[in-house]
Amino acid sequence: MDTLLIHILNSLLYASVMFLIAGGLSLIYGVMRIVNLAHGNLYAFGAYVTAWAIGAVLGDAPRASVALYALLPVGALAAGALGAVLEPTLLRPLYKRAEEYQLLITFGLLLILEDLMRLIWGPYPLSISALYEALGSLHIGESIYPTYNLVVIVVGAAAAAGIWAFVYRTQFGVVLRATSQNMRMASALGVNVNRVYVQAFSIGCFMAGLAGAVVVPQQGAVLGMGVDALILAFVVVVIGGLGSLEGALVGAVLVGAVRELGITFFPEIELAVLYLMAAVVLLIRPAGLFGRA
Amino acid sequence: MSPLAGPPRRVIAWAIPLVIALAVLPFAAPPYQTVLLSYGLVFAIAALGFNLLLGYTGLLSFGHSAYFGVGAYAVAFVVKYLKLESMEAFLLAGVLASAFVAALFGVLCVRYTKIFFGILTLALSQVLWSLAFKFFWVTGGTDGLRVPTPTLLGGTVKMTAAGGQDKLGFLSHRYYYYVLAVFVICVAVMWVIVHSPFGKALQAIRDNETRAEFVGVQVWHYRWVAFLISGIYTGLAGALWVPLNGLTTPDILYWQFSGKIVFFTVLGGFQTFFGPIIGAVIYNYLETYAVGHTVYWQMVLGVVLVVLVLALPAGIVGTAMRLMPRWRRAAAP
Repeated sequence: MDTLLIHILNSLLYASVMFLIAGGLSLIYGVMRIVNLAHGNLYAFGAYVTAWAIGAVLGDAPRASVALYALLPVGALAAGALGAVLEPTLLRPLYKRAEEYQLLITFGLLLILEDLMRLIWGPYPLSISALYEALGSLHIGESIYPTYNLVVIVVGAAAAAGIWAFVYRTQFGVVLRATSQNMRMASALGVNVNRVYVQAFSIGCFMAGLAGAVVVPQQGAVLGMGVDALILAFVVVVIGGLGSLEGALVGAVLVGAVRELGITFFPEIELAVLYLMAAVVLLIRPAGLFGRA
Repeated sequence: MSPLAGPPRRVIAWAIPLVIALAVLPFAAPPYQTVLLSYGLVFAIAALGFNLLLGYTGLLSFGHSAYFGVGAYAVAFVVKYLKLESMEAFLLAGVLASAFVAALFGVLCVRYTKIFFGILTLALSQVLWSLAFKFFWVTGGTDGLRVPTPTLLGGTVKMTAAGGQDKLGFLSHRYYYYVLAVFVICVAVMWVIVHSPFGKALQAIRDNETRAEFVGVQVWHYRWVAFLISGIYTGLAGALWVPLNGLTTPDILYWQFSGKIVFFTVLGGFQTFFGPIIGAVIYNYLETYAVGHTVYWQMVLGVVLVVLVLALPAGIVGTAMRLMPRWRRAAAP
């Protein structure tokens, strides 16, 4: 019973992080019809910025004070700001061109960002595990479980609720959905499409950065984390449906559960099963479980 | 008029001196340069196959690492389990294995176009990567599998220590000629394919799927055959690549390698026949140079790609073809 609870918590932990990354990716695709291959790098960027900022404040102090958690969102804000710079400079010139070029430019961006992080923060991992340990652990029956993991789950759930309220309950959300459904019509009705695009892109990047920020106390920031995360985020988005936030949520929960099951029961083919799930969903319902065709 | 329809005589007038230059290269250049060019030619075969899909059929695959990797691992398995060392056996294994995988994946993928096609090819290639990565008792995991220097032409041409041949000498002479010969055959066959009625039908599908269907082209079937040929070319390149590298690791199955193949093709220009070849060779020099000079080589390549997409979307060959008539006019009195 306790092991079951721990498995469920682990699945939710993983689902929270995956939702943040994949939700951002899906939002960007939904509004702008761009598959951002550099999205994983924005996740890594969020992780690095958070680790660096908190590391700088923490210094050599052996124990972290709880106030430092307030600094976690720094990485998310930095990723959002980076997105706000990248969209107008690199992506905007390409909207009228073929899809191939949009994929390629984000692939180029991926290569650049990967090395930019190596250049700024060096080849060694950054870690702020003091923040992970500071919250201690819970006893679940016989086992102990890190309290910080619950924080990540709460952040993921709060982000899901927040983004839902934002998209479906605010005026900006209406404009966003209108642009997503028919960019030309929205533009004709007086929506400043360029501004909506840069906002949507920044929000997507912010979500990726937030994922990096909440993950970094637990896993640290390492080179290559973005590239690996991107493909799993693809799996989530493909299962849920490209451009659908509800889909990203369901996809993330499914992927989280399958991954947890996989690690426990079939570790050799865990990743293969995830990719196959994506392929099968594409074959049966190309638009995904929640996508529009 | 498409630049592809250029008269073969003009192309041959360019090609013959070029092939002669390539043939005398091992006598003129240091062995390292020859080996480097071998890599470039091998990648060019992969890019040529890839471009049958992108340039001629209008399908962007982001999973061609699968066929390259399958070709390479097929060779490694032939060595590991069948204890063969003949290059012809390697090529046969690479072609058969990649044909099998491409035929299977093709059936699934060609039902879709655009971004769905791209993501599906990507997901399937990642399945193979994760298998190669996790099943280490079969594939060696991240250590990969070693492949010894093969014997060529049914065992008649070997690397012999007695003949004063070391591995570098073998790779930079005999193996280089072998690669060059396969390359020339591949280019010639691809030229015939894209100028055949089949190739024209692919271009018709690319330009307007609905019209192609209306004039009686079986779109699904043609796309599948193009996918198959494309996969075989890339698999053949993988099989030729392993003896050069001496080792195959899961990296060549990872999706970033697929990105590299796309990069070759766009660098040279995917709307031309020779673009992918030039692109692959130049990319290979560029990467080798960047890796040799800076740890930040990925950034160098990324900047090149971004500038290319923004400023030179037609690629090197595509841009040159557009500028050539202008130069001619400027040169004429």
